[in-house]
Amino acid sequence: MKSSKETIPQLFEAALSGERRSLGKLLTLVERGGETADDVAGLAHRKAGNTHVIGITGAPGSGKSTLTGRLLELFSQTGHNSAVLAVDPSSPLTGGAILGDRIRMDDLTDENSFIRSMATRGHSGGLALAVPAAIQLFDAVGYKPVIIETVGVGQVEVDVAGAADTTVVVVTPGMGDAVQANKAGLLEVADIFVVNKSDRPGANDARRDLDLMLDLGHISGLEEKTGYRPPIIMANSLEGTGSQEIIEAIENHANHLKSSGSIKVRQDQRTLMEIQNRVELLIGTTAKETLSTEFGKAMINAVLNRETSPAQAAKSIVNSLLND
Amino acid sequence: MSDQQYRVILAKLGLDGHDRGIKVVARILRDAGMEVIYLGLRQTTGSIIAAAEEEDADAIGLSMHNAGHLTLGPKMTASLNDARLDIPLIIGGIVPDEDIEELLESGVAAVLGPGASAEEVVSTVRDAISARDET
Repeated sequence: MKSSKETIPQLFEAALSGERRSLGKLLTLVERGGETADDVAGLAHRKAGNTHVIGITGAPGSGKSTLTGRLLELFSQTGHNSAVLAVDPSSPLTGGAILGDRIRMDDLTDENSFIRSMATRGHSGGLALAVPAAIQLFDAVGYKPVIIETVGVGQVEVDVAGAADTTVVVVTPGMGDAVQANKAGLLEVADIFVVNKSDRPGANDARRDLDLMLDLGHISGLEEKTGYRPPIIMANSLEGTGSQEIIEAIENHANHLKSSGSIKVRQDQRTLMEIQNRVELLIGTTAKETLSTEFGKAMINAVLNRETSPAQAAKSIVNSLLND
Repeated sequence: MSDQQYRVILAKLGLDGHDRGIKVVARILRDAGMEVIYLGLRQTTGSIIAAAEEEDADAIGLSMHNAGHLTLGPKMTASLNDARLDIPLIIGGIVPDEDIEELLESGVAAVLGPGASAEEVVSTVRDAISARDET
């Protein structure tokens, strides 16, 4: 174990004063989870609430990291200190991971930006706690905006990206036809669409399919309800085209959130989700512990002997937790 | 799965495009349960230091195949010292036997050659990290 001599409040103070290494260490603590992570998250939470969170998501290889690098470059040029949390999957077999997002961003960044790679570490519950805590740390330290980049596969990743203030969904030509575009899921959480690799054949088809999907939202009444139609931006992140439009679209969306009051709805939603995730994790952990007690073993045996059903046993266990 | 999740930065410094080896090492470390932050080609000492701080890395692995190790190895350890970063530096690649001593004296934690097995790579990284943690 790497022994750091500083206490958590000391590290936090140092991070607030701009010490990058202390922020790096705090992020590690948050990632490891447990009581220490809760302490760090608690400190961060008190100071947070000032940043704009941008989620960038899409299929593997769609160009999210390259695009993120372009946005960092532009934010930096306009005097913004932006932070990126780049989430990549851990191997379910070994727990290892190759975190390769920095490689797409490094050329474009400077001391104004802070990039942190995070592996999913195989436990979705942990990720659901670590990501909001890391965002709040960046927020507390003063990074504006905070970008969270995740692969758009798996419910947790979609939830995490969807919990941002502005969610950018990156698609590439050849992702499927209009029926695909109308399926529920990732595309629904988008506030901005980016058709990346727009120099490739089929880019205009992808744009048209997305446009048609949004038209259907107009007909079904969804657009009227939200008062917002997500823009579709053509981009080529390798060349850097489209990046400026994306920044403008993010600003437009942020303004829409403010003027319509939905920023409050989103923040409330995010807070609710964070508390809910924590409650579920706490109860889940206690429930697992209960299963290995005498009472738990008796319940398992009762189910095995067909004296009670799994659902009944689960209810009894939860009731025993609540009565404790 | 290892109880301690090591985070290792892998990079190539300067103008050296031979990245087959570093990709193999990245995979070996991943399959040993470590998290590899892959920086890839054409890094500078500055970009590696910045990444090490932001990522809170436990070790740094540099791949060298252009005979620049005696210049760049000590330069990297000096940069780490200047930044007061106590992170072990491991050099892998083509390093003649007679150069190893000089690298170790300059503060490099270990040197891995082309014949190193996957087990050797993993144990060298683990040992370098635990040696640092004990001090």
